[in-house]
Amino acid sequence: MNFRIISALVMRYLFLYTRSPMRLVELAFWPVLDLIVWGNVTVFIQKNTDPEFGHYVLFFLGGMILWDIMFRAQQGVAISFLEDVWTRNLLNIFVAPVRSSEYISSTFIVGFFRILITAVVLSFISWFGYAFNVFQLSWWLIPFFANLMLFGWSLGMISTALILRWGLAAESLAWAIPFLFQPVVAVFYNVEDMPAWSQPIAWCFPPTYIFEGMRSVMKSGTMNWNYLGYAAALNILYLALAGWLFVWVLNLTRKRGLLTKFATQ
Amino acid sequence: MPPSPDTREVILEAIELTREFDGVKALDRFSFKLHRGEVLGLLGANGAGKTTAMNCLLGLTLPTSGELNAFGLPLQANRISILQRANFSSAYTALPGNLLVWQNLLVFARIYGVPNPKKKIAELMELLEISHLSKRVTGQLSAGESTRVNLVKAFLNDPELLMLDEPTASLDPDIADKVRKVVRKVQRERNIGILYTSHNMRDIEEVCDRVIFLHKGKIVREGTPSDIVAQSSSDNLEDVFIKIARDGELLDEPKKESAV
Repeated sequence: MNFRIISALVMRYLFLYTRSPMRLVELAFWPVLDLIVWGNVTVFIQKNTDPEFGHYVLFFLGGMILWDIMFRAQQGVAISFLEDVWTRNLLNIFVAPVRSSEYISSTFIVGFFRILITAVVLSFISWFGYAFNVFQLSWWLIPFFANLMLFGWSLGMISTALILRWGLAAESLAWAIPFLFQPVVAVFYNVEDMPAWSQPIAWCFPPTYIFEGMRSVMKSGTMNWNYLGYAAALNILYLALAGWLFVWVLNLTRKRGLLTKFATQ
Repeated sequence: MPPSPDTREVILEAIELTREFDGVKALDRFSFKLHRGEVLGLLGANGAGKTTAMNCLLGLTLPTSGELNAFGLPLQANRISILQRANFSSAYTALPGNLLVWQNLLVFARIYGVPNPKKKIAELMELLEISHLSKRVTGQLSAGESTRVNLVKAFLNDPELLMLDEPTASLDPDIADKVRKVVRKVQRERNIGILYTSHNMRDIEEVCDRVIFLHKGKIVREGTPSDIVAQSSSDNLEDVFIKIARDGELLDEPKKESAV
């Protein structure tokens, strides 16, 4: 991998974001709206139920913020790819000496900065608006953040591979794919409260361990270390599978001559 | 007397290249050599196989069978190192429209590892007479301006091999003439091998040393533009093009009697 090429690709996204303030606004717009809705619901429930239950309702806010980290990481990869398709620049990239690993790495870096911006904005608003301090998760935040970002990158590569294969007809997958996982990764509720048949499915995905861990830390200040181990191991597996899928689809599109359709779409 | 063989280094070679799409051969045992310092025109009507050939040569589409080598190396196995020494410009691709011209060019200069990129960009923009466009938004350029910005991008890494896909498409005659002259000037100065596609026969006559006519994926004529006209019953290259596009079977056509 050539870091000069990765930095050039990252620089391109940096130019893009600084030239288009609306793109920066978009990083915060939906997350802030989500946060306000969930924040207001939380305050409403806290005021109208007993204090102990009111404490549990804060899990919604924590879940929402961490979910958004994963979603933004996925978007960082998938939307960066779509930016190249939309601007008919993809062929310029694919006929330049850019390896697919360098291209994907640049989208990972862009994804990292996207979630950093979103996370800072959400943390600030949740603290001042709803007295929810995300830093109560203390150092646990770092592995939570890292694991959700890794899974977001895997989903981003899968979304990109599907768009590569089916073209812009599959564009909506860039937004839809993370939401396929939302019901089963226990973002807002415990795994044990899910239907029995869905619980084994939930444990197959790294975010489940993270969201369970978050609730455990918020409740007792600690969590099962094994959960972090399982999440990390599963993330390595999913990253490898998603990377293989991306390269396989890229080669398939070359074999079938589908790559060039992005020049005219 | 047969023409003497070209002894210059072969920088791009296709051997029996075939590409099928759903059983239809877009390229059928297509073979050619491009030498260093040579401009080779790839001609043919829409659907003749030019774009498929170009896509195979750029590694965007894999051939069904056959061999592709550049700088003596198999293309597929050495794609990155070959692309580092090559470049491409097409009327049908664009640089990101929302970036400024200099931003787009700087990104590609860094991708290709161009030393002193700002100086190089300034020199090339001056050569193509577009220095004034540096701070313009790329998406707001006219077709002629955009083509010349794409050419700056294509010359950034001092390529030894350049593929130009209809570089003068949709340009007015004045700008097209400027583009042809610049391409020829840079090509001669730097001894670049260029593969050039165009539907503009004036382009071909002015820029190309040799041309290949494709019809239904097969080579039906090959030679210098003047030789091809001389060997046909047509008066100019455009007529040859039209005849090939309409029936394609010019190979058996009797040679024109030389005028005495």
